[in-house]
Amino acid sequence: MAGEDVRIGVLALQGDVREHLAALAASGAAGVPVRRPEELAAVDGLVVPGGESTTMSKLAVLFGLMEPLRERVRSGLPVYGTCAGMILLAEKILDPRSGQETVGGIDMIVRRNAFGRQNESFEAAVDVRGVGGGPVEGVFIRAPWVESVGAEAEVLAEHGGHVVAVRQGNALATSFHPELTGDHRMHRLFAEMVRSVS
Amino acid sequence: MSTAPQAASQDPQAAPASSSASPETGTARVKRGMAEQLKGGVIMDVVTPEQAKIAEDAGAVAVMALERVPADIRKHGGVARMSDPDMIEGIIDAVSIPVMAKSRIGHFVEAQVLQSLGVDYIDESEVLTPADEANHSDKWAFTTPFVCGATNLGEALRRIAEGAAMIRSKGEAGTGNVVEAVRHLRQIKGEIARLRGADRNELYAAAKELRAPYEIVREVAELGKLPVVLFSAGGVATPADAALMRQLGAEGVFVGSGIFKSGDPAKRAAAIVKATTFYDDPKIIADASRNLGEAMVGINLDAAPDAERFENRGW
Repeated sequence: MAGEDVRIGVLALQGDVREHLAALAASGAAGVPVRRPEELAAVDGLVVPGGESTTMSKLAVLFGLMEPLRERVRSGLPVYGTCAGMILLAEKILDPRSGQETVGGIDMIVRRNAFGRQNESFEAAVDVRGVGGGPVEGVFIRAPWVESVGAEAEVLAEHGGHVVAVRQGNALATSFHPELTGDHRMHRLFAEMVRSVS
Repeated sequence: MSTAPQAASQDPQAAPASSSASPETGTARVKRGMAEQLKGGVIMDVVTPEQAKIAEDAGAVAVMALERVPADIRKHGGVARMSDPDMIEGIIDAVSIPVMAKSRIGHFVEAQVLQSLGVDYIDESEVLTPADEANHSDKWAFTTPFVCGATNLGEALRRIAEGAAMIRSKGEAGTGNVVEAVRHLRQIKGEIARLRGADRNELYAAAKELRAPYEIVREVAELGKLPVVLFSAGGVATPADAALMRQLGAEGVFVGSGIFKSGDPAKRAAAIVKATTFYDDPKIIADASRNLGEAMVGINLDAAPDAERFENRGW
């Protein structure tokens, strides 16, 4: 066990924060909720959780977090976004709500709710490049997919012909929610990314 | 009754490999997981697409489509039913956040209709006139997840046993009076704390007293929380009300009449969202509470006879 050597924040404006904190703890990393700029300044890495991307984006702007987030991600803070978090890490949203902003960090275009509404939400096994031990349990809830990625971004997984996991440098994003499963391999991968730059 | 999975993989040999097993819809994890995404947020009652847009712009995590807000149901009386499908579809088209809609208790055909319209969550709600005074709908039979109200732990666990994927403490809808919301949430949290302190031998008797399945009772005792997300509803009218419910342990709040029966709905909606996020920061709650215009008038519950209380519906 690597011990609780790095401090990883979970953006706690809204969404499944508790599940990410639990998954980080199970991966040997100390997770802390982040709602304020000074809390953001104190972490070695940041998870942007699942939730409602429009709400999270509005709250980030409203409470003065959007610019500090952009700045830290630009300067190499490791980040991992799931579902709504993936949308916030995209440079561009195909179908944004008016005024919906993103943090950026991964050169990709995402389509919100691309897999459909709640009735179409599903579970499926997903093979993720660089994650050993068989496919990851993928829980997709009103999930986005990645329409296209830039040259710098590496596609890690696809489902049904659509990109659902991407990595670019220190930024990682998945359409699905590993935090809702007992499968912590994505969080361990992210904790390793954080350790390698800390 | 899962619908056919869509977008199944056609090229398993492509690198990186696509998933092999066929996707599964309507699983408990997918239904309960949806509610997990709403945590920390505000779900607002709306009766028109225009109101839905105001709610979304204010930062609501979801909207609840209904025919009349509870305050009007209370005022005008009559039988309250599921909304007109045209109105629900209009609301679905107007916003990108999840749309919930209410069915009457035990009216599984209204629920079937709501599922066919593609709503993201069905609220089997005591605010509408019950259709069955003995049975709630079998919620396992649906792909669409359900939220149900509860006044105590036993009621919450019976709803979960029937397949509810989210619970809201009932409160007393349409009153603008938070007293019942506080009572029900404290009741549920208190009973969970007692279960948590019980030893294993006591759980069988506890299940009998709660009139709930032993397996779920044991799960709650082990987790120290419900196995599904718990929101608060029924009477929240101000930012401080919302923050109060969060501090008492609600994972989010439903606001019904409190927003669109107030003087400046857009402003009040945004203020309640802020106070729900920073529920533990009195300075932010104070700022959010400034100059909101008139709150809904509200009803003093001492004046409401039992027969007029929605909270007594459901069992």
